Amino acid sequence: MYEIVSILLLLAMLLSMIRFLKGPTLSDRVVAFDVIGIMALSLLVILALYFKRSVYLDIALVLGAIGFLGTTVFGRYIEKGI
Amino acid sequence: MVFIGFFFIFMGIFSFLISAVGLIRMPDVYTRIHAGAKSPTMATILIITGAIFIEPSWMPKLILLAMFILATNPLSSSVIARASRKAGVPFSTDNMLDELKDFKEKEE
Repeated sequence: MYEIVSILLLLAMLLSMIRFLKGPTLSDRVVAFDVIGIMALSLLVILALYFKRSVYLDIALVLGAIGFLGTTVFGRYIEKGI
Repeated sequence: MVFIGFFFIFMGIFSFLISAVGLIRMPDVYTRIHAGAKSPTMATILIITGAIFIEPSWMPKLILLAMFILATNPLSSSVIARASRKAGVPFSTDNMLDELKDFKEKEE
């Protein structure tokens, strides 16, 4: 059951990766990167359920913080440059 | 309990797939932000709810994670939309509503 869920989530990540590779502007790529980060966070929650270890939830929390920080920094870069 | 949890998790995966299809098919940066901000937030909340149903002893950490996602995800999409509007990323069609145009002319 967990395998089916993980494969479907990886399919969604691959479909978002198409936009990440194709995107005409930088903003498209940043949006796709943000969505892929959120999907990786959900995959970590499913991994924690699969291995029955709650350590993965801490990793998911840190990944969410890092992803939010990266998206904000990219927004500042789009707006003003370095 | 496990059955209800997997029901919520499958609802979340379905929402993620809708979001990925929307990211591919939408014509514009701003509509792609629309597809890439709301639906993944709801999907993550649904998956965390399913995890609470499967493992009830992890409830504090999972609720903390859900609150974090609910706080930061709309904020980051709003930052991207504001930045790409200020950088002049073009809209897709001519007959759109651009309420920020007047403010920009006043600033200049």
